[in-house]
Amino acid sequence: MTPALQITGLRKAFGGLPAMNGVSLEVLQGERRLIIGPNGAGKTTLFNLITGDLAPDAGAIRLFGEEVSHLKCHQRAHRGVARTYQIITLFPKDTLEHNIVLALLGMSSVRWNAFRPLAVETSLCEEARRVLGLVGLERSATRMIGEVAYGEKRRVEIAMALAQKPKLLLLDEPLAGLSLEERVAVKALIAAIPRDVTVVMIEHDMDTALDLAERITVLHYGSVIVEGTRSEVVTDPKTHEVYLGA
Amino acid sequence: MSAAARIVLVLVLVAFPLIGGDFYINLASQIFIAALFATSLNLLVGYGGLVSLGHAAWIGLAAYTSAWLYLHLGLRHWITAPLALVNTTLIAGLFGWIALRATGLGFLMITLALSQVLWGTAYRWAAVTNGDNGLSGLTRPAPFGISLDGPAAFYYFSLTVTIVAVWMMARLVNSPFGAALRGSRDESRRMSALGHNVWLVRWLTFVYSGFWGAVAGLLFVYYHKYIHPTALSLTSSAEVLLGVIAGGAGTIAGPIVGAAIVLILKNYVSAYLDRWNMLLGAVFVVIVIFMPDGIVPGIRRWSARLRKT
Repeated sequence: MTPALQITGLRKAFGGLPAMNGVSLEVLQGERRLIIGPNGAGKTTLFNLITGDLAPDAGAIRLFGEEVSHLKCHQRAHRGVARTYQIITLFPKDTLEHNIVLALLGMSSVRWNAFRPLAVETSLCEEARRVLGLVGLERSATRMIGEVAYGEKRRVEIAMALAQKPKLLLLDEPLAGLSLEERVAVKALIAAIPRDVTVVMIEHDMDTALDLAERITVLHYGSVIVEGTRSEVVTDPKTHEVYLGA
Repeated sequence: MSAAARIVLVLVLVAFPLIGGDFYINLASQIFIAALFATSLNLLVGYGGLVSLGHAAWIGLAAYTSAWLYLHLGLRHWITAPLALVNTTLIAGLFGWIALRATGLGFLMITLALSQVLWGTAYRWAAVTNGDNGLSGLTRPAPFGISLDGPAAFYYFSLTVTIVAVWMMARLVNSPFGAALRGSRDESRRMSALGHNVWLVRWLTFVYSGFWGAVAGLLFVYYHKYIHPTALSLTSSAEVLLGVIAGGAGTIAGPIVGAAIVLILKNYVSAYLDRWNMLLGAVFVVIVIFMPDGIVPGIRRWSARLRKT
């Protein structure tokens, strides 16, 4: 089976400062992969390279066997890549429902219609409410993003990505800033994502997310230091050196 | 707006030429043209978050194309009008392609530079544009054999065109495409990640905005029966932008109100003051101080506050 994501020799520097130092990694279809590393390890840069927000200096990115380095961000989204953001990136003056509708529109040809009112597209609104139901927010559908609590925004982030029906889902610190109870809820939400979706997740704090992943990659200064199963990574002295020991 | 208010507005607009004098009827026609022009710019500025300082290009290009085809080739209005629209829209496509390499200040400067190129051309390429003398000796079209030479006839003509145009643009704003446009304004990165082709959404809006700007240009040249390079000038672009921002960018009513205010000030005050731009500037500053997001959103906010207390 072709891997969901295959990265070889990926390099990216910001004005002479290397952020990605020849990273190679492979994520199998349906896998749950956790990427950890200290601040500045290049975790989010890696996501930005996969989604096309950034162009790599060197290296190749393959999605389900297809080389996508030359594709634009939105084209990669149509190849099945969806992501959430570490820093909440929603539409604050719009309702929760409208936020999800924008995600649904991105995958639908209806988005080019410049004449029919959006309000007539009731199937989009129904689908948006169903997706909000998945994250337990169907009751807040008509509230503005700006009015809801941080924990709810985090869930909308995930709901937007789920609405895209992705094949590869990139979660950038989905648990950041959440209370203990909220973490439990969001972890359950992530655990419930169907197995035909490949999930790659960044977490800064290793302990919170360990049990969500089968394999773990440790990044440090833009390089892969350790990669393996949970127990392999936890027992590896290099992990302790760069990360846990810090 | 409530249904009753809409009916009253339509009745007033329809009845106006029966009660108003010629001066006011002509002023109203000019307001319609300015409102249509401002609404087309508002698609970019208000809904796309792309501030253009070159919108005069479309009024000027359409007007010059139509006038030149009429004067030099002797073509009739029903041929010159679509040709002028096509020509202007094609150039909007090209300009948009160039200007949308940037957003923000870069976009503003490129649109300004491109429209200045047209302005300079209109001044210097005298063989085609007759330079500083402008093109005169033009006529108004007579659709379905109805002459538009009288103030009332032209009033109804420009009112009809403006209503259709504003309605079409309002449809876009409320459509899925309009939602994608506003999304691209608010969070362009997220929109790309959601699968929206942000560049194409913006470019199509730029072209559409140019098309309706060209429609305003045709009305403009039919009204004045004359076209001069000042129509393409920076002042002309700045005036319409001022109207959009003062009235309330990103609302349908805002640019209409703003354009009307700019035009009325221009017509009345320029009779008494040479430097009427100074007064326009002062009025603009006052509006921005009391209603930072424009007159229409400002009044809405004030009336909402009044209802609460």
